[in-house]
Amino acid sequence: MPLSETIPQMDSSTPSAKATPLQAPAILNFVTAAESVDEERDPSPIRQYLSTCGNGAFADKTFASVMLICALSIFAIVLFIFTILVARSRPSLAQFGFGFFTRSAWDPVSGDFGALPFIFGTLATSLLALAMAVPLALGVAIFLSELCPAKLRAPISFLTELLAAIPSVVYGLWAVFVLVPIMRDQLGPFLYKILGWTGFFEGSNFGVGLLTASIILAIMILPIISSITRDIMQAVPTSQREAVLALGATRWEMIRTGVLRNARIGIVGAIILGLGRALGETMAVTMVIGNHPDISKSLFAPGYTLASVIANEFSEATGDMYLSALIEIGLALFIVTIIVNAIARALVWAVTRGAPARVH
Amino acid sequence: MSANPIQNPTPNTEDQGQLRPPMNFQTRRMRANSIWRYVVNNLMTGLAVLSTVLVVAPLVAILVYLIYKGASSLNLDFFTHIPAPVGEVGGGMANSIVGSAIVLVLASSMGIPVGIAAGVYLAEYGRGKTLAMAIRFTADVLNGIPSIVMGIAAYSLIVMRQMHFSAFSGGVALAIMMVPTITRTTEEMLATVPHSIREAALGLGVPKWRTVVSVSLRTASPGIITGCMLAFARVAGETAPLLFTAFGNQFWSFKLNEPIAALPLQIYVYAISPYDEWHRLAWAGALVLILMIMVSVTLVRIYAGRGVLKGAS
Repeated sequence: MPLSETIPQMDSSTPSAKATPLQAPAILNFVTAAESVDEERDPSPIRQYLSTCGNGAFADKTFASVMLICALSIFAIVLFIFTILVARSRPSLAQFGFGFFTRSAWDPVSGDFGALPFIFGTLATSLLALAMAVPLALGVAIFLSELCPAKLRAPISFLTELLAAIPSVVYGLWAVFVLVPIMRDQLGPFLYKILGWTGFFEGSNFGVGLLTASIILAIMILPIISSITRDIMQAVPTSQREAVLALGATRWEMIRTGVLRNARIGIVGAIILGLGRALGETMAVTMVIGNHPDISKSLFAPGYTLASVIANEFSEATGDMYLSALIEIGLALFIVTIIVNAIARALVWAVTRGAPARVH
Repeated sequence: MSANPIQNPTPNTEDQGQLRPPMNFQTRRMRANSIWRYVVNNLMTGLAVLSTVLVVAPLVAILVYLIYKGASSLNLDFFTHIPAPVGEVGGGMANSIVGSAIVLVLASSMGIPVGIAAGVYLAEYGRGKTLAMAIRFTADVLNGIPSIVMGIAAYSLIVMRQMHFSAFSGGVALAIMMVPTITRTTEEMLATVPHSIREAALGLGVPKWRTVVSVSLRTASPGIITGCMLAFARVAGETAPLLFTAFGNQFWSFKLNEPIAALPLQIYVYAISPYDEWHRLAWAGALVLILMIMVSVTLVRIYAGRGVLKGAS
């Protein structure tokens, strides 16, 4: 049998394989031999091996369905979180209805709950943080994608990525011991002197409050917005930039008309993504916002956000109604962030279609 | 960049036989305009540079302050002792470090397989399908859901039923947070594997599942490991989902169905406490946490920077 002898030789590639002049014909032989069923030979080692394997259809189908189940589990997770939150907040949903979100009472003793102060706190801190972070983030993104010398690009991107990797509780720690004293002793009095007449900087300033929370939030969402914006700006084709430059535009005009205008939908998406992050940010805000359910015009006043009321009161909530009111706040947070994120993702995808979305 | 980019182009008069007055590009208005453009250009460039400085400076300040405060409060006791009672000097966070490790191993062992498998489905089986598109979108949205909501979900599912806080429920909450990140990176990395090597494997008669496991996943493995490490680093610092699942513990605990200490939780509790000794421990804990996360992120960058597809292309 030339066949069963040549195959192992080829595999081990010993010198004798080279010496066999019949190598090429043997392969042809093998093909014909494999097809002819009638021949009364011993099956080749490969055929023997393959016949023990089966055709793999069962393994293939099992594998594919396991992968599918894991992928579907992502749907399941979202659905499951939604149903369990609705189920657990039923007492509160039944008692207060939609009025829960428009009432400002928060009295665990008498069991009277309303979420308006928390909604106000969340919106105020998030929007203020966006107002501070967006111009800076755009500047960083423009610098990184259009102006930066190649040598500086990697270190600065690395730094901003590190900024994103620092845990929320560490930001909170820093804010409690560094930002709050600065706020209380320097920045706060300064703002009162300059902008006190607007009425936004009134009342006693203890260093903790809406403004401090907004500043720490702004620092935290900056890297997210700037890195997504940079990615989107880099997705704008170079030909756009060249075309604008060829018309005699200055570099800023090139950035404005060639890059920012093309990327504007994606940039809006990045900003909304930052908003989503700011809405749900818990630990750092809880540590510096003062935790008092109050609606006040002054930014020095303590506030409370949806996430921080859960963080603070959940584990000591007594009574079903109290607990279910807190879970209903969680449900509201869940629904709002899902909507915000869905809009943002859709916008970002619209721009970077084709390019895979980055994970942040 | 100075006055005007187009200065008096010589009109092509010879062809036409008759003289035309040369166009004047140097009117006062145009000169003012070009100076204005020059100023705006430099102003905006300056603003971009300024904002980068404004962003990088606080980060450097935070890191330097953290390292300074942390390093000056870190000692060996931190790694070998459990928290001391209020009023006593000393103590450490040994139980929190071990507790964090237990919860994270638990979370990784649940989150990583599911995440990778979902990524495999998206990249290898679901290309171009509407279902895959929907799953991808859901994963991205899930990625943005606040971590505290995961905590409530795990609480409602496990803690409410068992009637006590547990390490296991904390692991579940963190695992849910890991899945979408890992899914999306796995999918991205698999998408960069060239089709030709898949076809080569299939052409040899290798079953599809074997192709996926030994060819696609293996080629993309550095990138997938990167994704897993990033997800790990992200959940390692999470506090909010552990507040009412793992709950924290002042003593040693190794059981999965009991409250367990975790480093971020302990930092939080100590940071908002009124005792200086506890503040010191909080800074030390923050430094240890940051170092753990930074080392893993940096390792990942070095590892991933070597080229994901060296072996393939």
